[in-house]
Amino acid sequence: MRILISFIVGATFGAGLLISGMTDTTKVQGWLDVFGNWDPTLAFVMGGAIIPMAIAWRFTNGRKPVLAESFPAPPEPRLGRNLVLGSALFGMGWGLAGLCPGPAIASLSYGGIGGILFLLAMLAGMAMAPAIRTRLDQQPVAV
Amino acid sequence: MQTEWILGLAGGVLIGIAASIFLLVNGRIMGASGIIGGLVDGSGRADWVERAALIVGLIAAPAAIILFTGEGETHLTGNWVVIIAAGLLVGVGTRLANGCTSGHGVCGISRLSLRGIVATAFYIGAGGLTMVLFKHVWGII
Repeated sequence: MRILISFIVGATFGAGLLISGMTDTTKVQGWLDVFGNWDPTLAFVMGGAIIPMAIAWRFTNGRKPVLAESFPAPPEPRLGRNLVLGSALFGMGWGLAGLCPGPAIASLSYGGIGGILFLLAMLAGMAMAPAIRTRLDQQPVAV
Repeated sequence: MQTEWILGLAGGVLIGIAASIFLLVNGRIMGASGIIGGLVDGSGRADWVERAALIVGLIAAPAAIILFTGEGETHLTGNWVVIIAAGLLVGVGTRLANGCTSGHGVCGISRLSLRGIVATAFYIGAGGLTMVLFKHVWGII
């Protein structure tokens, strides 16, 4: 049952990404391009997604998930260097190509050879990340 | 223009509903990079079937819609160097930060997580700066 729910969640997520235009790299780059022909669509997508999710978080208080033992732990208060550095690196890649992980997967069937290439590079980056994290954690924090 | 905003809002609500179902039923956070990354580095081996099922749905639904509507277009650059560099940055960055637009953005901000808000500020800031440098200053993209 959890597997079926996961599939339905993925399908709804994918449909949302396609309908909202977030698998179109020009819309994402248009949002980031404040000094160009700025496109605010992404803000509507984010807002639209955050509203139901905020209600869902409210609903978790004092309850249990339908098909699981517990809800995710409260967010860690600590920020940390990896969060900031990782997000900055992600943002650079996001700006360069206009794709983030969700849309990169969702557009697999129509993203062409470039989309497949991006996905393979992203998976390679994800495979490299644990080793990079280990190296970073051995360095003293510079700031 | 307004049509695109309305479609953006509608698609966004669908994304939020998907994340809500995943949270309330499976007790999980719908973060794309975490779900995929856990399969890549082996940290998500225990529940790989659920992760795989979500990814299959994520690919299948847009594919099915496009089968009916005709065409889907990502307008991705044709520059392979940019594509590979961007893919590597997105892969490494999202895993170092433990989240991307869906995990930190949608799921984090909606519970007012400081980490989610800070991560989102940094990736949007870095993305904006990248557009300024690589598009307007250097003309690479």
